[in-house]
Amino acid sequence: MDRLFRALTFIFALAVLALAALIAFELYRNSVLSQKAFGWSFLTRQIWDPVEEDFGALTFIYGTLITSALALLLAVPVGIGVAIFLAELAPKPMSEVCAFLIELLAAIPSVIYGLIGIFVIVPIMRVQVQPFLIKHLGFLPLFKGPAYGIGLLTAALVLAIMIVPFITTITREVLMSVPREQKEAAMALGATRWEVVRMAMLPYARSGIAGSVFLALGRALGETMAVTMVIGNSTHIQASLLAPGYTMAAVLANEFAEADSELYTHTLIEVGLALFVITIIVNGIARLILGRMKVAPVS
Amino acid sequence: MKKVFVALLILIAGAHVWAAPLLINGAGATFPYPIYSKWFDEYSKANPDIQMNYQSIGSGGGIKQISSHTVDFGASDGPMTDAQLQKAEGQLLHFPTVLGGVVPIYNVDGVVTSLKFSQEAMAKIFLGQVTLWSDPLIKKDNPSVHLPATSITVVHRADGSGTTYCWTDFLSKISAEWKNRVGKANSVNWPVGLGGKGNEGVAGLIKQTPNSIGYVELIYATQNKLDYGALENKAGKFILCSNASVSAAAANAAKNMPRDFRVSITNAEGNESYPASTFTWLLIYRRQSDGAKGKALVDFLDWMLTKGQTYADDLGYAPLPANVIPMEKDAIKLIEIKG
Repeated sequence: MDRLFRALTFIFALAVLALAALIAFELYRNSVLSQKAFGWSFLTRQIWDPVEEDFGALTFIYGTLITSALALLLAVPVGIGVAIFLAELAPKPMSEVCAFLIELLAAIPSVIYGLIGIFVIVPIMRVQVQPFLIKHLGFLPLFKGPAYGIGLLTAALVLAIMIVPFITTITREVLMSVPREQKEAAMALGATRWEVVRMAMLPYARSGIAGSVFLALGRALGETMAVTMVIGNSTHIQASLLAPGYTMAAVLANEFAEADSELYTHTLIEVGLALFVITIIVNGIARLILGRMKVAPVS
Repeated sequence: MKKVFVALLILIAGAHVWAAPLLINGAGATFPYPIYSKWFDEYSKANPDIQMNYQSIGSGGGIKQISSHTVDFGASDGPMTDAQLQKAEGQLLHFPTVLGGVVPIYNVDGVVTSLKFSQEAMAKIFLGQVTLWSDPLIKKDNPSVHLPATSITVVHRADGSGTTYCWTDFLSKISAEWKNRVGKANSVNWPVGLGGKGNEGVAGLIKQTPNSIGYVELIYATQNKLDYGALENKAGKFILCSNASVSAAAANAAKNMPRDFRVSITNAEGNESYPASTFTWLLIYRRQSDGAKGKALVDFLDWMLTKGQTYADDLGYAPLPANVIPMEKDAIKLIEIKG
């Protein structure tokens, strides 16, 4: 029975690998035309001209990376902060109710987030946030330009709202699983509440928290619907975060159905391949950074 | 003996009633989907042994699917190119079914009247060369309207669409610079502007963004009671889009209709013609290897040209002009049915 169980789980594990390999292979196989036509420069050019069939994916790569990075920047502190409060500081009933509501947030379809983005967040961004940024930080190229409401920053904000539940839910669970002895030991040494969290709990829960961030990052990189509704879908890279942009997932969703030539289709599939590879690389880098952190002494 | 005979008769009759209807599959353009589903519904009611199934996956998808012959007919808002026709598995015929128009919609501070746009103004707005609402090029044709000195935000479709094809085809015809720099297609490399997904995305962005301008299908604008502007046509007249002005463009363009119906009717001749108009087409193979399906398709085309056209106006589509219908009836005769 044990051997059967072992074999069975081994097959399941193998199936995941095979699936990833198959996806990579199919993406590669169905994008050969575009690879031949544009080579590596596909990743570094920002032209996107379906009429002349001249394509480069830089705008989309830039948009995906910048919105995901910004979203993490906004969501990680908030998500972990909420989790610490719920796990450690909040009264139990409140913690339970909040945790339930946050899990509910994770289940909302992304098109709903997109609609909330368009009808609630975009007007606030256009009328209040962006004019404020332009007025006070407008000397930076990052915050220049007219306040459209939609754009890279708005997309990042909507993404951040979408990924906070992932970070909070998992982080809260791992924080709650920290053994009581661990906390009591720190308290016995005279640690304050903050020191208990910082010294006894966060290091213990680190890999779980890292896992939640990976999951959040994965969702941010691949999110399609909500982003395409608020990012502005412009194929030109602009320095300003307030300007419209585009992401890889969004261009796939927008243009795949109407891609009418073989090269065009292959090009879009190559965008998918690039997204696949970039997701792997970004996750790898994130793992590397967090792995380093683990080696650092806990003080 | 008599009883057995009657039982047998009932059995045969029953078998006939229960025979599965002939299923004819099609896929393509989303723009004509409302009228196509009405047509297929009405047609199946009149011919219960035929059932037509239509997937509105977009013109590009329709062309792809009919080219690889995974459906029995395709549908597209833009005519197929020569290269696309060569890739198809056989000779494909185009059959215009109804017409549509694309209208400019806008949201300008303090402007409630319908604006008039000259061809030069419209092309330059979308090229990003006219950037202020108070530009003399716009003011000239709207002398009584107070236009603010605010910058114009252009909104276009982000997803590939036959609506974009019609609009960029119109812009290509009226501006050499647009033709050379951008061109016409279901998606293009827009010089300026924001992209919205679908008609509703474009309309939503325009509603929310002060001093913006974009384009949507006439049907979408009328159904949602959006105000839209008038465009200057080839004859220099400012025409509001309507089923009448779209049909007028088609009737005028039909005078030089090519035999394969692959014609663009944007910027058509004639005083009454609306310049951003287009046919939408069914794509059908000339050689039908399945006799029953071929016969059904021919029968449906005949029905579509006569009875079918009467549904168009109510659903907001411009019906085919009278001079196109006999030309299509001739083209139907080209279809060769095996067996």
